[in-house]
Amino acid sequence: MTVASPTDFEPQGLQPQGWLKYFSFSLDHKVIGLQYLITGFIFYFIGGALAGVIRMELTSPISDFVSRETYNEVLTLHGTVMIFLWIVPVVNGAFGNYLIPFYVGARDMAFPRLNAVAFWLIPPAGILLIASYFIAGGAAQSGWTAYPPLSLTTPAIGQVIWILSVLLLGGSSIFGGINFIATILKLRRPGLKLMQLPMYCWAMLGTSILVVLSTPVLAGTLILLSFDIIAHTGFFNPALGGNVVVYQHLFWFYSHPAVYIMVLPAFGLVSEILPVHARKPLFGYTTMVYSILAIVVLGLIVWAHHMFTSGTPPWMRLFFTIATSFIAVPTGIKFFNWLATLWGGKLALNSAMLFSCGFIVNFVFGGITGVALAQVPFDIHVHDTYFVVGHFHYIVYGGTVFVIFASVYHWYPKFTGRLLNEDLGRLHFLLTFIGFNLCFTPQHWLGLNGMPRRVAEYDPSFTTLNQVSSVGALLMAISTLPFLINVIWSAYSGQIAGDNPWNALTPEWLTASPPPVENWLGEAPLVTHPYDYGVPEGKIDLRVVSGADLWLGGKR
Amino acid sequence: MSIPSTLITLLLGMGLVLVGLWVGQNVQLLPIDASSNAPVYDSLFQVLFSIGTILFLGIVGLVLFSLVRFRRRPGDLADGVAIEGNLPLEIVWTAIPAIVVLFVGIYSYDIYERMGGMVALNDHSAMHHSADVMQASAVPSAGISEGSDPASEPRVWAGIGSNGSNEGSMPVEVTAMQFAFIFHYPDGNITSGELHVPVNRPVELRMKANDVIHAFWVPQFRLKQDIIPGQPTVLAFTATRAGSYPIVCAELCGPYHGGMRSTVVVHEEEAFNQWFETNAPPKPAPATVASASINPTA
Repeated sequence: MTVASPTDFEPQGLQPQGWLKYFSFSLDHKVIGLQYLITGFIFYFIGGALAGVIRMELTSPISDFVSRETYNEVLTLHGTVMIFLWIVPVVNGAFGNYLIPFYVGARDMAFPRLNAVAFWLIPPAGILLIASYFIAGGAAQSGWTAYPPLSLTTPAIGQVIWILSVLLLGGSSIFGGINFIATILKLRRPGLKLMQLPMYCWAMLGTSILVVLSTPVLAGTLILLSFDIIAHTGFFNPALGGNVVVYQHLFWFYSHPAVYIMVLPAFGLVSEILPVHARKPLFGYTTMVYSILAIVVLGLIVWAHHMFTSGTPPWMRLFFTIATSFIAVPTGIKFFNWLATLWGGKLALNSAMLFSCGFIVNFVFGGITGVALAQVPFDIHVHDTYFVVGHFHYIVYGGTVFVIFASVYHWYPKFTGRLLNEDLGRLHFLLTFIGFNLCFTPQHWLGLNGMPRRVAEYDPSFTTLNQVSSVGALLMAISTLPFLINVIWSAYSGQIAGDNPWNALTPEWLTASPPPVENWLGEAPLVTHPYDYGVPEGKIDLRVVSGADLWLGGKR
Repeated sequence: MSIPSTLITLLLGMGLVLVGLWVGQNVQLLPIDASSNAPVYDSLFQVLFSIGTILFLGIVGLVLFSLVRFRRRPGDLADGVAIEGNLPLEIVWTAIPAIVVLFVGIYSYDIYERMGGMVALNDHSAMHHSADVMQASAVPSAGISEGSDPASEPRVWAGIGSNGSNEGSMPVEVTAMQFAFIFHYPDGNITSGELHVPVNRPVELRMKANDVIHAFWVPQFRLKQDIIPGQPTVLAFTATRAGSYPIVCAELCGPYHGGMRSTVVVHEEEAFNQWFETNAPPKPAPATVASASINPTA
């Protein structure tokens, strides 16, 4: 890319400077991280508009807003965009690339060029996917799960483009995963031990292991599926002797771990945010690490709980029930540890903290319905209903998306050098939290009482609750406005943040905001205690000035 | 404040448990129950609902309490207490969820068995169904007096509810296609778009799909089973409450998936016999309920 460098910059190599670098094949992990973040948000708004179409259609019990085929295209695109183009790239690619090199004390990722390739696979894949809507026959119509034989009978071109797009995104994800593993294990600053890493590194290590182990399985499955579509092979076509349940096994072998690929990084980010704003050490560092590893192991052996109503043998149902339920134990440990981190802290009630606490509340709700869904007899009734829709939106939206917002509020000062406006941030939180719960809580009741998922028309007795849910969706759409205004306005005239506005101890705050190209001007700092906040018990903080604090401090 | 905090915690915990139990008992979220396994299901739901309520209220309470009690006052620049962990505490909150989850798992296994889900209709080896396997495994449901040729179901996949005691159950063949369910009564040679069943008598649905995957769901029966092309599946149930209930396709099957609905009409015994006789083709008249119940099905 030949671009004249602005005169006020020292030309550094061939990399474009200024805003143009965000459109270049930049090798700087911070640039790539922000590229992921902005691209992710663009697709979030596209996916959100698609969700708007779904909720609009469902305000009435008959199919009257879009055609039935379009509706199925929209729900397929919504799922695919939100998972593969928004959540996975943002919690892994965006924050992973931005933060991991800081956390291990490196100047960049292990493979900067691979990193840029991984990012630049995403825009073409996304454009391909969205563009398939406009071709003859339209986009894929078989849901993000693409179960055969349905995916073999719907218009072929859209389905093949969908497969191609997901393959590109899966490739991007694998490249990213390899890069994170190499960076965390091999690029640590000398003297920094594994058990001294910030929790997000552990979360990304676990996530990347899942990515590298399971994504290739999805890739292989989708390639076989495309053979079935293009070359009329019979891997998954029962008319040719194929077996559709095999597809489901292979698909969920990736797609259940995909849930952890979406939530484990969010767990890591929350573990970074809470101690800073609670002014306390992260409670139970060691158990947090082991519970991440336990979730990784268990996450790989629970996939068939998506198939309890398919033809699965009884012993398999029993095994997957128990295995799935047990994921609640390490996950529970993490939540109790976060509660203990809050307990006795000095909580700043800012947007980052509020979104993190919103995450805890939403995710606990989604986790409880998740344990219920793991029980075969329970699942038999609600499988493929709006109960499941409600459940997984509590996990991926109430869980992960809330954390993405918390993270934007927390790291925006690092990205830009300016603080976000807190009043707009709290308004954003309030609207999002109310809208989200209004949208997805009623869906549990709808599912229990007979509304299946992925329908454009439904029993008229469900109309009122569906309208309530749509109002919630509208509130969620509105809630992004204060956020957008805040992010754009603060970039130019927000309060100057300084290098470390939160008095945080993790290494990304021990440099300028925004950080220089190679992260630190001098040697990378050695941070062996990333959560060393707080006053030891029995001692009194010198900064404590009031008598009341003296009493409280003395009592503990 | 002179009340010790341990006592307050204890009282709060007891109150929480009582609220959870009350909610589980009294908040009715499910549609009415109309099959013999629905009450079994509902008791599992109550247990899960109670445990879930206790957990959720407890954790939300803790978050809200922390946010209020431990909020940073203006001008307070101090840090919190440097507590990095507490091993006994962590053991407690690892052990309790583990025990609860284990209990729930075993309990739901028991429920599943009572619903007839663990019946090994055909669970020797999983994934291949060649011709000889078809022959070998034809025992459970072969020899049924149905005229249709290859449908002497080769490899029957266990749906829920077929709990062995299906003596005298009424067989109904279900064909799912885009976008309808077709019900065929082999005993009376009746073909219907609605499912009519008598109350309090086991019904055995022998299901197959013609094109793509569908799912047979009756919310009031708490029953769902995917109908997968190439995999004949049996689902058994006993209706317990007369009335009309929706049959819903629960697996995305194409543009009209949302419209793929039917009705199951549960009749009293006599009304059902009447329906059966008026709809049966005149020729094989004596295909009555009596002969059907003698018929040695699975």
